Amino acid sequence: MSVKTLTHLQRLEAESIHILREVAAEAEKPVMLYSVGKDSAVMLHLAKKAFYPAPPPFPLLHVDTTWKFRAMYDLRDKAARDAGMELLVYHNPEAKERGINPFDHGSLHTDMWKTEGLKQALDLYGFDAAFGGARRDEEKSRAKERVFSFRSANHRWDPKNQRPELWHLYNARKTKGESMRVFPISNWTELDIWQYIHLEGIEIVPLYFSAPRPTVKRDGLILMVDDDRFPLRPGETPEMRSIRFRTLGCYPLTGAVESTAQTLPEVIQEMLLTTTSERQGRAIDHDQAASMEKKKQEGYF
Amino acid sequence: MTDPIYKTDALIAENIEQYLETHQHKTMLRFITCGSVDDGKSTLIGRLLYDSKMIFEDQLAALEADSKRVGTQGQEIDFALLVDGLAAEREQGITIDVAYRFFATEKRKFIVADTPGHEQYTRNMVTGASTADLAVILIDARKGVLTQTRRHSYLVNLLGIRQVVLAVNKMDLVGYDQAVFDRIVSDYRAFAAQIGIAEFTAIPISGFKGDNITGHSANTPWYQGPALLPYLEEVEVDATADQDKPFRLPVQWVNRPNLDFRGFAGTIASGVVRPGDAVRVLPSGKTSTVARIVSFDGDKDAAVAGESVTLTLADEIDCSRGQVITASKAPLEVSDQFEAAVIWMDEHEMVPGRAYWMKIGAQTVSAKVGQPKYEVNVNTQEHLAAKTLDLNAIGVATITTDREIPFAPYAESRDLGGFILIDKMTNATVAAGIIHFSLRRAQNIHWQATDISREHHASMKHQKPAVVWLTGLSGSGKSTIANALERKLARMNRHTFLLDGDNVRHGLNKDLGFTEADRVENVRRVGEVAKLMTDAGLIVVTAFISPFRSERDMVRGMMQPGEFIEVFVDTPLSVAEQRDVKGLYAKARSGQLKNFTGIDSPYEAPENAEIRIDTTAMTPDEAADRIIDRLIP
Repeated sequence: MSVKTLTHLQRLEAESIHILREVAAEAEKPVMLYSVGKDSAVMLHLAKKAFYPAPPPFPLLHVDTTWKFRAMYDLRDKAARDAGMELLVYHNPEAKERGINPFDHGSLHTDMWKTEGLKQALDLYGFDAAFGGARRDEEKSRAKERVFSFRSANHRWDPKNQRPELWHLYNARKTKGESMRVFPISNWTELDIWQYIHLEGIEIVPLYFSAPRPTVKRDGLILMVDDDRFPLRPGETPEMRSIRFRTLGCYPLTGAVESTAQTLPEVIQEMLLTTTSERQGRAIDHDQAASMEKKKQEGYF
Repeated sequence: MTDPIYKTDALIAENIEQYLETHQHKTMLRFITCGSVDDGKSTLIGRLLYDSKMIFEDQLAALEADSKRVGTQGQEIDFALLVDGLAAEREQGITIDVAYRFFATEKRKFIVADTPGHEQYTRNMVTGASTADLAVILIDARKGVLTQTRRHSYLVNLLGIRQVVLAVNKMDLVGYDQAVFDRIVSDYRAFAAQIGIAEFTAIPISGFKGDNITGHSANTPWYQGPALLPYLEEVEVDATADQDKPFRLPVQWVNRPNLDFRGFAGTIASGVVRPGDAVRVLPSGKTSTVARIVSFDGDKDAAVAGESVTLTLADEIDCSRGQVITASKAPLEVSDQFEAAVIWMDEHEMVPGRAYWMKIGAQTVSAKVGQPKYEVNVNTQEHLAAKTLDLNAIGVATITTDREIPFAPYAESRDLGGFILIDKMTNATVAAGIIHFSLRRAQNIHWQATDISREHHASMKHQKPAVVWLTGLSGSGKSTIANALERKLARMNRHTFLLDGDNVRHGLNKDLGFTEADRVENVRRVGEVAKLMTDAGLIVVTAFISPFRSERDMVRGMMQPGEFIEVFVDTPLSVAEQRDVKGLYAKARSGQLKNFTGIDSPYEAPENAEIRIDTTAMTPDEAADRIIDRLIP
């Protein structure tokens, strides 16, 4: 006699918890990459559930660019404290020294702070498994990414040489120097993430909710003027607009949407009725169809 | 174009809270689509995503542009482009891996495993099918039941998928003719019965035109059954069916935040558990009762198959990762020898007798696969004789593990009867396996205790037994050094025995050749003989090429700690070839001799040998002295 039918969110949750525990059991030194966005928030919440009543047996790592929204830094520190986890923050010293920034250096900004910064941090601490909050529904090439994604000693991803993943049996074996990126929320969609945040009451950065914020319109994106490092072009003056963000990254690279959604149900409502995809707000993807795939091969998350 | 089956824009706009409430109760179905390159698989999946509005305007704009540029449908939208992922594949027009797609209706969330239809098909399809509740087998209405259809159906059945939909596609291209559909269904029924598929649901569709996808099509008035999506929304999922089976929890993680708490965490493979239930831990057999089901949201009254939980037990009993907590009245079987179907997934063929890592449930053990009893031709299901299994081959073989493990036949439990094999050197996942049943060797053969112990044998000879294992290329000088070593030991009144590669092949191993599998067996037998001799107290000297690290490590594992001394007789290939004492290199170079180590068969040099002998810098006598220094300090 069956007692209950699991909902889709319960099954997704169970699968993610299974993956988190599997890595904790098999990896020597795991770490959770924490980007402070909504996907990271869900991943962290799942980690708390997986190991309750103990705190998750790994630290959080934020590979920072110094250009995140201020509200993200506030929540980052609080979330780590609440979870009882150690928070490691890494800045690529070379990017810092050369003053790499998104206004003057374009894609070099992402390469140096994020891609290079991540590799340096993983090497520095000797982490052999890193959890990431990527989802397969985000982008076409991600649909084929494994849950356990194997990386060579120089962090490269070889899409032609991935291990088959059968049942829930993940092969976590590797030789010294090699590492894994593990994606516990691979099978979640954007709607699943929002519904789960709503159901579980997970705290997220207030920027996901609409409020009047100082903005400029530039190259088709609405950008928020988050601090005085934002160089205004001739003729630009920040305007107050009622905006929110569907994804969060470096503030000069993240486009906002005009919105009045101030509660989670309103955000979900907007998302369901909307007609543009989530990644559209990210400047990084627009170059060419296969851009994410190239970045991944180079070691971008 | 919004179909009411997917999402009600009006409800979302008017009452989002009520919409969310409904959607929290959605269930989830995972399915796989099987079809060959031209069956319209990607088009069908693209259609499902498109109809469910899982495609946004910006993606749609890109799709329309791509359709015109590289599409195969003229000016019309090529749905297949939505799902063909990686750049290189897009150029070639084929998908080469398993891709997972997501869409949802009012009732269900769906995860689709999309696998390509070409050579790597077996490996990819088995991977996609391993987590699927249901399979949609696509048939091109113009072509009918093909060899590929048989292959797909065989694999679907092998992987234990109970729900099968036969989607007869491209009905628009046969004028929606009922006779065509009926003939295909009847052909398929005859074949399905042969391979053990008892039931299936056949639906006439057109992925391209959208017939019978979301609702009943006016083009097929003669078809009374359900359209594809409404059907997928209603079928029972496996996780629910698994609740009716006995309770099984493979322990994945032991949670010990402090001395007062010990939780056993894992995903419930089958059944239901409640506090107070009597349980048994396998393989130890210890019993206890469930004290609590601990969760972040407070203790629970019950947990069911598919949930990831943490249990505490009433008694302090030993239980670690890999063990299985079961209902006390319905425990699992425990065994160390199995008959299993093995699906080989690696470029490098299976080596019978070699030890691989076997991961099953939450445990990883060392396991050997015997020579296949037979290989299955996946197209015809005929049984073929086979000595090994190549990439994408499926066979039935005996698996022997190095310890007893709790398991269930795959037909009863995917989680406790499905396993993967991992190469110990490359760490690659080389095979998937499905346990049929246990071979009860363990229960029938027991160890007979003897009164005179190995220590007694050794003390009578006043020596410490050991195996000096010389490994190196043919012509490296192993036999010469072994001979010198034994002479010196004999002069020291030590009891020794020299096992020489060539000599053993005249007797004990005369039935073995030089294929990889035979070389593995050759070393295994010599290892067993050497082990018996050390039990008898002897110092054993062996001279075998023994080219593979795995087998040398296997022999090391057979011996008592410290009794195995690996000696790497390190002679460069060029030097060994120049010496060519037996004229074998010349033969190998001229192609008269196959599988010759160093020429067309690899030699894996030891990484951590106890002794390395550089024969270009040392005489055989000096080498023997070096070994004696280590052997008799």
